[in-house]
Amino acid sequence: MRIRALAIRIIRQFVRDKRTLALLFLAPLLILTLMKLVFNGNTVEPQIGAVQLPAALVERLEAADAEVTSYDDFQSAEQALKDGVLDAVLSLNGGKPAIELEGSDPSNTKMVLLLLQRTMSAGLPAVAPDITYLHGSEEMASFDNFGPVLIGFFSFFFVFMLAGVSFLRERTSGTLERLLATPIRRFEVVLGYLSGFGLFTLLQAALIAWFAIDILGLYMDGSIWLVLMMNLLLSLTALTLGTLLSSFASNEFQIIQFIPLVVVPQVFFSGLFNLDAMTPWLQKLSTIMPLYYGADAMRGIMIRGEGWSDIQLDVYVLIGFSAVFALLNVIALKKHRAI
Amino acid sequence: MSSSIHSASPNPVIDVRSVTRRFGSKTVLDDISLQVERGEVFGLLGPSGSGKTTLIKLITGIDKADGGSVHMLGEQMPKLAMLQRFGYMAQSDALYNELTAKQNLTFFGSLFGLKGSQLSKRIETAMSIVNLQDDLNKTVAAYSGGMKRRLSLALSLLHEPELLILDEPTVGIDPVLRQSIWQELSDMRRRGTTIVLTTHVMDEADKCDRLGLIRDGKLTAIGTPEAIKASSGSATLEEAFIVYGGGVRA
Ligand SMILES: Nc1ncnc2c1ncn2[C@@H]1O[C@H](COP(=O)(O)OP(=O)(O)O)[C@@H](O)[C@H]1O
Ligand SMILES: [Mg+2]
Repeated sequence: MRIRALAIRIIRQFVRDKRTLALLFLAPLLILTLMKLVFNGNTVEPQIGAVQLPAALVERLEAADAEVTSYDDFQSAEQALKDGVLDAVLSLNGGKPAIELEGSDPSNTKMVLLLLQRTMSAGLPAVAPDITYLHGSEEMASFDNFGPVLIGFFSFFFVFMLAGVSFLRERTSGTLERLLATPIRRFEVVLGYLSGFGLFTLLQAALIAWFAIDILGLYMDGSIWLVLMMNLLLSLTALTLGTLLSSFASNEFQIIQFIPLVVVPQVFFSGLFNLDAMTPWLQKLSTIMPLYYGADAMRGIMIRGEGWSDIQLDVYVLIGFSAVFALLNVIALKKHRAI
Repeated sequence: MSSSIHSASPNPVIDVRSVTRRFGSKTVLDDISLQVERGEVFGLLGPSGSGKTTLIKLITGIDKADGGSVHMLGEQMPKLAMLQRFGYMAQSDALYNELTAKQNLTFFGSLFGLKGSQLSKRIETAMSIVNLQDDLNKTVAAYSGGMKRRLSLALSLLHEPELLILDEPTVGIDPVLRQSIWQELSDMRRRGTTIVLTTHVMDEADKCDRLGLIRDGKLTAIGTPEAIKASSGSATLEEAFIVYGGGVRA
């Protein structure tokens, strides 16, 4: 069985290549951990300068977790704002409150504004609504929201690079020529690569998913099996695309050059950024991006607890991508052997 | 080695007819015709860049000619099933350096359909032919250049092919080892294996039963080393080569 022989050889090469193994298995865990630490850190307390404010208001601000520094005149408060000590200066201008914001960091700005508005309107009688969540919960952090996308992205990115580089090596070292001087069929070469790499991508997908959910505590509302399946499908797409594109590269550096061309654009369409905010024609681009489908399904499963019927379209599309890329691989091999 | 003169037989092992190969506008092989008979050592002699490797690839069916035809063992090339019937050693060593010699042999053996005890036996035989039986479990990265070349040869012998096609088998190998490889080749020839090889070394060409002189993609002479020397009125192949079309630049 030639496909099996090729798969075993790839596995043996992998096992001997400790660095690559580490890259495949440990690097995603490291980056996920960093992401979790960065995006789940305690919220910073806004630094607010108060210029001759009534004591009641200062108290309310402090109750809302703001760090309030009182100033006697506006100039010294503004100087502190310039020096980067404060995020905002709150003063009363003829009885009317005035806010000056530091403004260079939009997310910081929003947070300060929200806090100020809340404290200003706190005195007014209001009907407090009951809040319930259809998906997620009050504790859901931004990491929970884009974690599923990251899991898919890592599977895609590392497998893309590894598959591209190893197929390229096969070609430049001359072993591809030797391989093709045996009675192996071209489709067997592609299937052998798929199964050899498939094993490692399956292990990688399982490890990443387990680590993110059980160790990092990523929000998870759906089936782990569906998550693993989506991850595997994404890896297969990356594998077939990586080997295909490696036919157009003549060295390792040229594989790296495919990253800004092929991988980075997919990140923009994967749902990390809001697609609805894009111009419509640009949104359409997402339909040709494998990561878009993978990320969509991963998010659906993990955050909204979606089942098979909700994600099956994504599954079929990814299988379609893999099949097309694999077929193109078989055709591209013709360049190296006439039959 | 024997210098018996082969007359054209009705069913040669390799039959190349008016083969032409172009890369873009460059004609790399120009109307080449030659036959290789069963049981002979046939050498393709020519400076580097003359088109030897290109011709070898057409014969093996890895590449396809733009004009003319190639038959191997009576079958029109390229043909997938024929890849089972010859052993091919490319110009580069093409080994998986991170694997052991045994893992390399097992892999290629499986591709030729060998398995189990038959495979282990063939691995043992092939490795003892090239005198590497004690280095079977070393990783190839730890092999010297000469050892890699020999392992490469062992790989092409694994499935006991009736035809061996070797592209520069002794390049980069020291004289002692070169001697032993030639010893092996002549042993295999005695057992009936047909061998086609390329070389740009004159004294090596002298050991072939028949030679084809190739230069700038053209076959300038074909025959036994003696016949080629005689017909050009030269004492050595080197002189004959110059008579048949300019100096050797290899
Ligand atoms: N794939 C290719 N594309 C373009 N030119 C090629 C290709 N392969 C070989 N050539 C050219 O064909 C000529 C003969 O090459 P080759 O057969 O490798 O010579 P040799 O093996 O005798 O050294 C060289 O000029 C080489 O540049
Ligand atoms: Mg050559």
